[in-house]
Amino acid sequence: MNEQQQTLWQFMAQQSDKLLTQTLQHIGLTFISLIIAVLIGLPLGIFIARKRKLSGPVLGVAGVLQTIPSIALLGFMIPLLGIGAKPAIVALLLYALLPIIRNTYTGLTGVDASVKEAAVAMGMSKWQILFKVELPLAMPVILAGIRTATVINVGVATLASYIAAGGLGEFIFGGISLNNTNMILAGAIPAALLAILFDFLLSRLQDLNLKKLKTAAAILPVLLLILACFYFIPSAYGGKLTAGFTPEFMGRQDGNLGLRSKYGLKIHTVVISDAVMYKACFEKELDVISGYSTDGRLKAYGLVVLDDDKKIFPPYYAAPIVRDDALQKFPELEKTLNLLSGKINDSVMTDLNYRTDYLHQTPERVAKDFLVAHNLYQPERGGSNGTVRIGSKIFGEQYILASMYTILIKGYTDYDVATKTGLGGTKICFDAMTNNQIDLYPEYTGTGLLAILQASQKDIDAVTGDKEKTYNYVKNEFERRYHIKWLQPLGFNNAYALMMRKKQADQLGVKTISNLKQYLERK
Amino acid sequence: MIKIDHLSKSFGKIKAVDAISFEVAEGENLILLGTSGCGKTTTLKMINRLIDPTGGKVFINGENIMDQSPELLRRGIGYVLQNNGLFPHYTVAENIAIVPQLLNWDKKQIERRVSELLEKLHLDKKYLSVYPNELSGGQQQRVGLARALVADPPVLLMDEPFGALDNVTRSKIQAEFKALDELKRKTIVMVTHDVQEAFELGDRICLMDKGKIVQIGTPAELLFNPANAFVKDFLKEQRLQLEFKALRLNDIWKYLPSQTPKQGSINLHGDVSFWSAIESFKFTSTEHLHIKHHKKDEYRSAGFEELMAAFYQYKKQQPHE
Repeated sequence: MNEQQQTLWQFMAQQSDKLLTQTLQHIGLTFISLIIAVLIGLPLGIFIARKRKLSGPVLGVAGVLQTIPSIALLGFMIPLLGIGAKPAIVALLLYALLPIIRNTYTGLTGVDASVKEAAVAMGMSKWQILFKVELPLAMPVILAGIRTATVINVGVATLASYIAAGGLGEFIFGGISLNNTNMILAGAIPAALLAILFDFLLSRLQDLNLKKLKTAAAILPVLLLILACFYFIPSAYGGKLTAGFTPEFMGRQDGNLGLRSKYGLKIHTVVISDAVMYKACFEKELDVISGYSTDGRLKAYGLVVLDDDKKIFPPYYAAPIVRDDALQKFPELEKTLNLLSGKINDSVMTDLNYRTDYLHQTPERVAKDFLVAHNLYQPERGGSNGTVRIGSKIFGEQYILASMYTILIKGYTDYDVATKTGLGGTKICFDAMTNNQIDLYPEYTGTGLLAILQASQKDIDAVTGDKEKTYNYVKNEFERRYHIKWLQPLGFNNAYALMMRKKQADQLGVKTISNLKQYLERK
Repeated sequence: MIKIDHLSKSFGKIKAVDAISFEVAEGENLILLGTSGCGKTTTLKMINRLIDPTGGKVFINGENIMDQSPELLRRGIGYVLQNNGLFPHYTVAENIAIVPQLLNWDKKQIERRVSELLEKLHLDKKYLSVYPNELSGGQQQRVGLARALVADPPVLLMDEPFGALDNVTRSKIQAEFKALDELKRKTIVMVTHDVQEAFELGDRICLMDKGKIVQIGTPAELLFNPANAFVKDFLKEQRLQLEFKALRLNDIWKYLPSQTPKQGSINLHGDVSFWSAIESFKFTSTEHLHIKHHKKDEYRSAGFEELMAAFYQYKKQQPHE
């Protein structure tokens, strides 16, 4: 525990400039949206307190907005407002609206009727009554609403990093993707502290007696405005092109860190979730993104992969891996699985992914169509000579590959097949294999090298530049350590890649990452 | 001073006030009396346009109130509420100063006027910077009265001003109220459902029922010349006490013996109620009153028994009794 805390402090000290930037962005996002929410919510609350008939519909709509899941709301914003601060602020302000409108309404309608009557009877005008009597008396309730909205906003603002609006979510979601606890805590702890701090400060404001509230009400807008300006401090830099990287890519040596150290690439970068990244690139919100080289969206959005001419992304060639004892038990298995060897290159795999992801064809159908087209398809023999257990990870490409193997085994051998698809991640899949619960699944050389073998930096540097070396390294090590055999690669390389819109890349003459760097350095 | 002309107010189909007319003379204290829902409060609130009438007119000093802006009209009319309606976020001083602030008085003038009123209402200066919730009910009501009086408006409207107070505090404040010189010059319309209070404080009483006026007149007129059974019935409770309160010594003047005053007798004015006259025996050892007629320079002198005898003789002369 102590050691962990030590390293957390070390991490935070090491990343202090990023931490500061993210914290300022976080505060800024929270308060920009809060100010706008107050500017909209307060008059709206006053309005429905005057016209009570409208209170039902207005509060109802604000309540519905509140129930939309935050990620979905951010998703809705992208087609309308793109990515970055704008949609994040709008989404946050929609969440903040309900407590502000509702508390303004409750506060105003809760003002003692005899006090209001006295104010009217003494000859105060409508506006004098509002500003001198109703608002001051409703202020504690209104402040409570603003307080609730602030805490909600601090929380929801962590999600802003999904759509490249920055904030402490960058650390939190980067840490989750990289399984880096320190990184998660470096984002989560400041976010929690911010929530506690603002809640405390606003509670103090609320507890002030009615007299001092007059001064407090005057200070509050100024304070909010200052806090809101924090957002603009870090983003005072820009560039020709904007890159959007996933939180995971940001923190990896074979990701953004490598781009900086090996290529010296300096590009204006925002952090974004991979769910919206491709679309944002398509819609010209981003120019360069990190992605997987066989992703179906590459085809769907007309993107092109930049050549990794300095080989910082380790090769992720896919190949089936099989338990040695299964190969002995099913002598025909290796031969059958190798039927696919070298048959699927990057563009073929991208196309297959595109069919499942975008044309919504089933993996079974895509697999069968492919085998038929390549004259590999044979009808089932109705095998009875034992059962081969095939596993797959939980994404489209693996489903397709598992289906292909199933069809091939059933067509070419007398074995039956049981599939265990959709195993959560590398660790789950691999553990299932070592525990003799599955016989084979498709794996990637890079994953084998980095995630399973966790090879030393020296070994990694020695082999990653060359796909053969990487393949041979993992093949030998798997055999030695786990008695698992890597069969021949399928042919495609599902590695990390930088990609751009094809049209823009052609215009700028950018084919490789080095080209990109040269372009960025040109004045 | 105030003239109400066929004033009506309907809420939907219900006629809360039904074409009533009356006048209030300058300096007079008119009580609107009746049970809940009789329209008395609605009538009061139409005078300062808290409620707009559906028919009829109200004139103050000959001016139709609908011709003035409601804000300006209200700044010239004092208003006291049952639940005082003090602003909880204002100090006592700020509460009292609301109308002068609206009228843009200068600071010194406001301060002077506020402390003057506090003194008259028997409130200590230390309460100036205190918030209303730190005051007792009686003190709050005094501040409410001060707030209504601060700009010295010629007209004062009071909506059950003592209704929320306990009995002891109420009679104490009522006594102060009667003694307050600020109020003597004012034209007051007060709403109450309390018969005793009406008889105690009213120059005239306007008894209302179902939005209409049943009878309007002095307390004695209502008591001894009731217009109908409703009036008689309404005043049935504690009738003797009401009679004592309604009668002035002037009313029984001719039944009082004209003796030379005895030594040590109390001097009383003929304007005083019979009730006060009897009560004055309570506090002194003397058994004789020396009474001066309110207009003529005449004097009467009476002990308790002569006083009671005069009361019974007066009552025998009343036609309905």
